[in-house]
Amino acid sequence: MTATELSAVKLDPEEARRVRQRRVERIGRWLFPLIVMVLAVWLWDRICVWNGIPRYILPRPLEVLHTLHDDAGLLFSSLLFTLKITFLGLVLAVVGGVGLSVLFAQSKWVEMTFFPFAVILQVTPIVAVFPLINIYVGNQTAKLLLCAWIVAFFPILSNTTLGLNSVDRNLRDLFKLNGASRWQELWHLRLPAAMPYFLGGLKIAGGLSLIGAVVAEFVAGASGQSSGLASRIIEAGYRLNAPRLFAALILISATGIIIFLVLSLVSHLILRRWHESAIRQEG
Amino acid sequence: MQQNKLDLPPVRASGALLSLAGVGKVFSNGVKALDNVDLAIGEGDFVSLLGPSGCGKSTALRLIAGLSTPTSGTLEWRGGSFDRSGLGFVFQEPTLLPWASVFDNVWLPLRLRGVSKAKAAPAIVEMLSRVHLDGFAEAVPRELSGGMKMRVSIARALVTKPRLLLMDEPFAALDEITRFRLNDDLLSLWQDERFTAIFVTHSVFESVFLSSRIVVMAARPGRVFEELAVEVAYPRDEAFRTSPDYAALCRRASDVLSAAMQANGGGRDDGH
Repeated sequence: MTATELSAVKLDPEEARRVRQRRVERIGRWLFPLIVMVLAVWLWDRICVWNGIPRYILPRPLEVLHTLHDDAGLLFSSLLFTLKITFLGLVLAVVGGVGLSVLFAQSKWVEMTFFPFAVILQVTPIVAVFPLINIYVGNQTAKLLLCAWIVAFFPILSNTTLGLNSVDRNLRDLFKLNGASRWQELWHLRLPAAMPYFLGGLKIAGGLSLIGAVVAEFVAGASGQSSGLASRIIEAGYRLNAPRLFAALILISATGIIIFLVLSLVSHLILRRWHESAIRQEG
Repeated sequence: MQQNKLDLPPVRASGALLSLAGVGKVFSNGVKALDNVDLAIGEGDFVSLLGPSGCGKSTALRLIAGLSTPTSGTLEWRGGSFDRSGLGFVFQEPTLLPWASVFDNVWLPLRLRGVSKAKAAPAIVEMLSRVHLDGFAEAVPRELSGGMKMRVSIARALVTKPRLLLMDEPFAALDEITRFRLNDDLLSLWQDERFTAIFVTHSVFESVFLSSRIVVMAARPGRVFEELAVEVAYPRDEAFRTSPDYAALCRRASDVLSAAMQANGGGRDDGH
């Protein structure tokens, strides 16, 4: 409701209070976390000053910002590398996850036979598996990609499989009555019906893909020219360059947040017209 | 009961589009959903299957639709077989694709038969206007009321010009005003398009208003209890709905239904 609309009609006190409360909520949703964040950063700064903590143990926030600016060339080229692995890992996770779930949806037997393998891949900690990957896979990028893929594909596979199997019974009967082929049923009914489930999995997989990319790099101990933010962190740790370590950390967090927001937006845009999850509640 | 039988002319079975002979259905859990059902559906008839819940009326509909096969007995179609593409089905819920527009939902049966959107468009537009949904082609289902969704569902079932329309309690969830209006519209569609209709309902009033024949069913096991002919000429309108004739017919159908419910194999049925 806009301000002009509000002034045009006279509201009873209760309704007016509700409108006021809604407005406060709208602003507060952004303002309160922001205030707490600023306070936390301020406290961080104060703790450094009050206790005289040296910069190689805990740098002051402004110093981290300066490092972010001064080391931008190095840090952002590393970020680009990490992003590349994350993004490619996610793409492969989507292709693999959706592909496998479509395969699973073809027959209960296929699903029952192969799903345990997917679970095994998921529950075994990637850090423990990586030494094997390190031995068998030669190419550095391929190693990291495989790692990001293993971590990220499972939520997509599991969610999409669930979605493909939870199609309304009557709709399936309708397709049967109209002589739909297996392919038509998949394309016109099961895949669209699985879309909300898939997008839910994608949101999780986006974050996991980043984690996979970073963890893999940590374990691989990769260093050198074309390496990502994890290597920057290891390197900075060895050199007691805490400001750079913090700067790299902030970049990773920011990347994770942006990935989540972008995927949430994509999900919202796709589902906004029809799915309950994307429909804003009305007063 | 005897009185009803004397009052009514024998139900015509000649020229039947479809005959069920001794049809039974037993589910894997041992429930006898249908037992020895004999039923003839004449071409162009509007037949209601009326009965309490659990009397197998929906099962009968699914058997006729080919969604399920009988355990015993046979279904015989005129001419030996029936092309299922000449069949329309309206479910209890609107059962629309929630992500697709009204237009695309009505297009679906044609689309599955390989008809392009452009080629199907005239038929879809005409059908939408027949169910009074002009101007809603681009809406998605959640933007529509319950009655409008049901209209889309009916348009979708009729867009292929079916010879036989099967309806499974389509208006049970709607309010009375909406249901009356949809009953009126359904009848005028039936008169114009000349399809055969089988309508499952548990409403006496609805079955009397709509049908040329009412098949009253009893439960446990599901079976045909009695058939009633409704010898009132179409078109039927609001005047019929408030006439003494209508009230008398409703009373009679209601009596038969009560008798059917008392005739339950296992005693009283409290409807769960």
